[in-house]
Amino acid sequence: MSYRCGEYKLLKKTALAENIYSFTIECPEAAELARCGQFVHILAPGFTLRRPISVCEIDRKAGTLRVVFLVKGEGTKAISRINEGEYLDMIAPLGNGYSVSSVSAGGRVIVVGGGIGVPPLLQTAKHFDNVTAVLGFRSYGNIILADEFRKVCRDVTICTDDGSVGEKAIVTVPLKRELEKGDASAVFACGPTRMLNAVADMAKEYGVFCEVSLEERMGCGVGACVGCVARISRNGEEKLLRVCKDGPVFNAEEVLF
Amino acid sequence: MSKDLSVKVAGVTFPNPVIAASGTYGFGEDYAPLYPLSRLGGISCKGTTIREKAGNLPPRIAETTAGMLNSVGLQNPGVDVFISKYLPELKKNGNVIIANLAGATIEDYTAAAAKLDATDVDMIELNISCPNVKQGGATWGTTCEGAASVTRAVRAVTKKPVMVKLTPNVTNITEIAKAVEAEGADCVSLINTLLGMRIDIKTRRPVLRNNVGGFSGPAVFPVAVRMVWQVANAVNVDVVGMGGITTAEDAIEMMMAGAKAVQMGTAIFTDPFAPLKVIDGLERYMTENGIDDLSEIVGSVKPW
Repeated sequence: MSYRCGEYKLLKKTALAENIYSFTIECPEAAELARCGQFVHILAPGFTLRRPISVCEIDRKAGTLRVVFLVKGEGTKAISRINEGEYLDMIAPLGNGYSVSSVSAGGRVIVVGGGIGVPPLLQTAKHFDNVTAVLGFRSYGNIILADEFRKVCRDVTICTDDGSVGEKAIVTVPLKRELEKGDASAVFACGPTRMLNAVADMAKEYGVFCEVSLEERMGCGVGACVGCVARISRNGEEKLLRVCKDGPVFNAEEVLF
Repeated sequence: MSKDLSVKVAGVTFPNPVIAASGTYGFGEDYAPLYPLSRLGGISCKGTTIREKAGNLPPRIAETTAGMLNSVGLQNPGVDVFISKYLPELKKNGNVIIANLAGATIEDYTAAAAKLDATDVDMIELNISCPNVKQGGATWGTTCEGAASVTRAVRAVTKKPVMVKLTPNVTNITEIAKAVEAEGADCVSLINTLLGMRIDIKTRRPVLRNNVGGFSGPAVFPVAVRMVWQVANAVNVDVVGMGGITTAEDAIEMMMAGAKAVQMGTAIFTDPFAPLKVIDGLERYMTENGIDDLSEIVGSVKPW
């Protein structure tokens, strides 16, 4: 696994929703190496630990990576204050992405995202011709990237907790409908743990290959400190594997939620 | 005109005094994509136990003001895997390799130390003070008798230089240092992490699943300097200083307090290049101040 660490120019910064920012970062070497589902580790100015943020889009031609993140605490707030034209300290790309190559050509892929788990699925969706996106948000004001998913997916279903846009439902309701059709080759998911658990159970019920991207507080981000682990069942054994280096994407059947 | 930054600790020559601290650098391979590991003075490997250890449940990490808490709980693949899989790769890079050894019982320590004795590790660092592992009430590093008994037992099974890593979570660290020196420790390293805790006021839950954890980072640096100074004045064996070292100035300060070499940990999470920047800064300092041998500054503090 190869990655880069350095200071990279923030080319474009936009606010997508309340407390959600999109950064387009100039980093040609990292963009060349990056795969969908990987993450970058950004240093919040003045803080000790970096903040892991998933890759939303990879543009090798432009030499850029795009990340979309939620301001959750002081660290992400400090990152959100970095301005266009300034440099940010970043390690990228890190971790294992979604196994897009394991999907047979022409197969239908369902991407399922919840809230700030939605961004990494945009680059993932771009890998396939036949993608259905099921995206869940709290409410109207929290919706991000919907139009961009519509550009790269055959079908996009939005659901909200309060019904202000789309279905008033959690993502598993439309997901079940999609799986009932019986033609899905894979489900790729990212979002809150409880959502991932429900998605994993449902994919298993329908016998569809499913991968989920996990989140955990991280130290080094590269595998050295073993600070971020998830309970994974592999070869009949329960193990605590590193989210940063062994994940963040895991086969859903292996994850002990 | 490159300077000779080499230092000798317990008879082992390090090409420069900057060592990656145990638990923060894995077995080196995770940072190999960034720079040749041989640029480091040495690597103290991830704490290893006689058998594989699963560690604590997450969350294991939390940021604090100018520092962090961790409660990894010594997750490691066991000493046999360290010896067969990681050590040969590490030695290929030409690094000075310190095996960090932890255990729950004296027998755990001696069994693993005997295995390490038969390898080409350059030094064994005894972790007698991991704050994240419960050992039925007995924490070796917090009593003179406990620290002495582990040191004595390991000393009996290995000819490798033995470095004992001391915990700051004691009333008088110099007493522990003297106790391990008396049992044949070749050098001591300090400080391990300080025991800490934070609470999420929304959930009323500790931020770490283990409730408490080891506190490290720039915030602990003054405590580390003080303890290194006290210990260096209390023992005759070499002292390796660590605890919040982030810059070359920090490393120089630690050496002036009495450390012959330093270890860096948390700073590597903030900046993986931090050890190299410290090495470059040390060289610059030597040039600017006409210093030819770093031993000139070791213990050179002039107390009031």
